[in-house]
Amino acid sequence: MTRTLAVAEGVAWRVLRNVFKNPSLLVPSLVFPLFFFTAFAGGLAGISRAPGFDFPDGYTAFQFVFVLLQSAAFSGVFTGFGIARDFERGFAKRLLIAAPRRGGILLGYALAAIVRWALVAVLLTVVALAAGMEVGGNGVDLFGLYALALLVNVAGILWATGVAMRLRTMQAGPVMQFPVFITLFLAPVYVPLSLLTGWIKALATVNPATRFLEAGRSLLAGAPHEVALAFGAALGLGLLFALWALRGLRSAERAGAA
Amino acid sequence: MTLQIWSIARRQIVRTLRQPAAVFFPVAFPLALMAVNAGGLTPATRLPGFPTDSFYAFALAVPFIQGSLFATMNAGTDLARDIQEGFFNRLQLTPLNPAALLLGLLGGVVAMGLVQAVIYLGVGLAIGVEFHAGALGVVVLLALATLILIGFGAIGATMALRTGSGEAVQGLFPALFVFLFISSMNMPRDLIPIDWFRIAATANPISYLLEGVRSLIITGWDGQALALGFGVAAAVTAAALVAATRSLRTRMERT
Repeated sequence: MTRTLAVAEGVAWRVLRNVFKNPSLLVPSLVFPLFFFTAFAGGLAGISRAPGFDFPDGYTAFQFVFVLLQSAAFSGVFTGFGIARDFERGFAKRLLIAAPRRGGILLGYALAAIVRWALVAVLLTVVALAAGMEVGGNGVDLFGLYALALLVNVAGILWATGVAMRLRTMQAGPVMQFPVFITLFLAPVYVPLSLLTGWIKALATVNPATRFLEAGRSLLAGAPHEVALAFGAALGLGLLFALWALRGLRSAERAGAA
Repeated sequence: MTLQIWSIARRQIVRTLRQPAAVFFPVAFPLALMAVNAGGLTPATRLPGFPTDSFYAFALAVPFIQGSLFATMNAGTDLARDIQEGFFNRLQLTPLNPAALLLGLLGGVVAMGLVQAVIYLGVGLAIGVEFHAGALGVVVLLALATLILIGFGAIGATMALRTGSGEAVQGLFPALFVFLFISSMNMPRDLIPIDWFRIAATANPISYLLEGVRSLIITGWDGQALALGFGVAAAVTAAALVAATRSLRTRMERT
């Protein structure tokens, strides 16, 4: 266990040092969530006047939850890009040879993704509050919201790690990114689920991201609703993607991390 | 000169067709985004003052502009690659007229962009969007799309000629995307309640391009929207062509 943690610490430290020393890696992950938040909360606020739109804390808070969860998922995906880059440059091969406990590599990448997202989450929260976001929930509710986003972050990194370890090339970027993007946008992004109609409602109803969004918004509003279901879905996805990532690691080992 | 322009344009088209990603994403991504946005934002059509009862009709203008942004990226990236790989230097050793290089490149961009535009139109008609300006409106829309493509293509070429780097051209994409999102892309300007956003959207030239295209689809013949759309497109195109010509001259002196 100690050796696993030592590997994880080394990997996480290296990833974070790379990210924080390289603006081209750090800035997009900070700027894009703020940009989406600005574009959605600012440009679409009028839709909160549509008949049946009943979120009590205003459209800024409504969109904040989506952007928070989106940033969590994409921080994981961005870390997956870094893993693919490590494979392309041959560093991952040396890492696999040197690490006494290879599970620590996965843990290290996951820790780095969590720290990376934590910075985004703090910045986004500060900007949202400065923009006048209303918060109806108490401390426990908000803890629940950020815990849920953390689970989404971990699921995102494990998904991207599994892809990166199987394909081992930067060209795998769209494979990591596109399913996450589509899954998130096929949820009730702009209006509550009850206002969706047609094919998108059918898809959104079975989409796990809908559970995260609806529960996250209810927590922010201080009226928790189906929170256990959302945590269950997030944990389930996390476990599924943990297996996916571990098997990806085995795939990279079998391939000699070529 | 015409032969030179045709040769460069044909090369641009062929090299684009040889890259499946350069063909697929500019067509598929804007349509996917339109589908997702229109699905989620349909309740907006129930807002008092919303100009149509179909969000698909409202949103159909977006792929035309977004597709043009993709065309910009492709043209710029291809030209940058030519510079990076030395093809541009070798081209300068030939009797090729410099203007033909730029016109040929833009010709290729327009040809590919018009194919995209026809696909967007076809998809719009297939999902039941009514085209209020009729058949003549389609011709006007394609004319506006052509002007926009030339302007955006020239912006991409300027970036490529100035930097000589495909990565730098790709770096322009997020900035152009910001312009698209801070516009009347998803909501008419008069229905945006946040003051600063409405002001930014009003100052953003992309809003007028969108509204020009959109007016042909959901209104019919709206002289003001069309005048603003064509006026802004012509101004952007003229400025971009001047910048591209200057950048081409500088690049040729440098090499």
